[in-house]
Amino acid sequence: MKTIYKAPETMTKKDTTYCPGCPHGVAHRLVSELLEELNLVKKAVIVWPVGCAVFGYDFVDTDASVAAHGRAAAMATGIKRVHPEAFVMTYQGDGDAASIGVAETIHAAARGELITTIFINNGNYGMTGGQMAPTTLIGQVTTTTPFGRKPEANGFPVHLPEMLATLDGPAYIARAALDSPQHITQARKFIQKAFNAQIKGLGYSMVELVSTCPTNWKMSPVEAMERVRREVLPVYPIGEFRVVKGVE
Amino acid sequence: MGEKILMKGAEAVAEAAIRAGAMAFFGYPITPQNETPEYFSKRMPELGRVYLQAESEVSSINMVYGAASSGIRVITTSSSPGISLMQEGFSYIGNSNVPCVVVNVMRGGPGLGDIAPAQSDYFQGVKGGGHGDYRNIVLAPHTVQEQCDIMYDAFELAEKYRILVLILVDGLLGQMMEPVEFKEWVDVSKFRTPDWAIVGKGERARNLITSFNLLPEGLERMNLELQRKYREIEDTEARVEEYMMDDAEYVITAFGTVARITKTTVKLLRKEGIKAGLIRPITLFPFPKKTINERVPQVKFFLDTEMNAGQMFEDVSLAVNGRKPVYFYGRTGGVVPTAEEIFDAFKKHI
Repeated sequence: MKTIYKAPETMTKKDTTYCPGCPHGVAHRLVSELLEELNLVKKAVIVWPVGCAVFGYDFVDTDASVAAHGRAAAMATGIKRVHPEAFVMTYQGDGDAASIGVAETIHAAARGELITTIFINNGNYGMTGGQMAPTTLIGQVTTTTPFGRKPEANGFPVHLPEMLATLDGPAYIARAALDSPQHITQARKFIQKAFNAQIKGLGYSMVELVSTCPTNWKMSPVEAMERVRREVLPVYPIGEFRVVKGVE
Repeated sequence: MGEKILMKGAEAVAEAAIRAGAMAFFGYPITPQNETPEYFSKRMPELGRVYLQAESEVSSINMVYGAASSGIRVITTSSSPGISLMQEGFSYIGNSNVPCVVVNVMRGGPGLGDIAPAQSDYFQGVKGGGHGDYRNIVLAPHTVQEQCDIMYDAFELAEKYRILVLILVDGLLGQMMEPVEFKEWVDVSKFRTPDWAIVGKGERARNLITSFNLLPEGLERMNLELQRKYREIEDTEARVEEYMMDDAEYVITAFGTVARITKTTVKLLRKEGIKAGLIRPITLFPFPKKTINERVPQVKFFLDTEMNAGQMFEDVSLAVNGRKPVYFYGRTGGVVPTAEEIFDAFKKHI
């Protein structure tokens, strides 16, 4: 019998530490599949974040490090600059890449570092129990916005890809979503282009993956996916914001 | 050793690091050490090595952390406020067991302070400015020549123990022009990627660099291993210069620039027939406790002198352990004491 679909070998057999219905597993799988497909596994170094994906190295089997909170892009820069032959990526949440590490993210992008960031936007701080994130929507209730996020008190959601797309350093900046098979297939294509940007030496690349956090959103996985389509994607639209020639 | 070159301390330290095999420099401008990154920015590209100006010291130490994790000789230099920003990175590097060298050209603090020479980051470097039970090896050269020589040792110690080696100097040493004789170039073509480094797993099992362990027993094991390493360093790596100590009845303790000044003070005291000597710790961690301990019986009192409010003073006092008086004289805020001033401070205790 011919095998037409199987789990990527780069994903370990360990049970993940993620909650039921969390899309981190989907994102890990997309990354693993593409690392294999593009023959990058043996030269890949993944810098994992502080946040829910802090144990990512247990699930995706490559050389790896765990950066301090927000510092992944700086750490990845250090690795890539001295080992340009390595494929270096960071995997970060919204608190990590867009709040505490926003300077590291922006300047890595501005320098056109040949690294790739997979940026998970689930609208809150998942691991610490659902506090407000820079990506939290207006009106969204979190443990630190108990009356809903109010612009006058808590400011506005940060749109990281749109910000980075104004810079000349990035070669590929996009946002995809993990709420449906159709969007996941699209996300895979976007990540492939981001990987291409690094492989071809074109510049920095990032793909934001609009994700869910059923536990902290206090929703079933299905309800959380529905909320993404109903409330999140109108604020964080899917799209490619910067595509330099050659990443295709 | 080659010919003697007249060089500014802040540039000589960069040249020494380059000859000692530094393959990458990451840093951020801060006075009074800007000549050092400026020198690296010219020399590193000439040699096909990496120079990168980061967006902050927070970032530059994490670039160092990344480069160190991939197993190459890497260095950063900064000054007190910048080193404060790096303390998070120091702690992570400490518990990740990766080697690197950091130079702190200390200036007056606290806060923004000033840009004049000081030694007020002793506690930060020696006792740990970041969180957790980690240590740095801390070296304190007192001349431009020693600063250059010690750079080779710094990289070797960093790699031997997989630890951050901090070189504590001050702006005076950086701005001073002195003749320097550099050691032989380290042959970087012989460098090999260590087996623990993260560079892509190739055919081996994957490597992981982390300071993280969520299980208390697991994290305790990591801590115990760190402490075992630190004890080994304390047992074997302490370095000290003893100056006119053979017959000394009085001891001045000082490090770095102040130690250099107190050599003159010791000579002034000797001229008056006072048998004074200097104990100059070259390693601040490990602190040369044994040397101080051995000298206690012959000594009437110790005078510790520093450009701070009495930081190494605590380690000298711990080593003397109440057996003899330990006095302190210090200047703060970037004021450099003169040899005569220390002489006067000494005479008050006779």
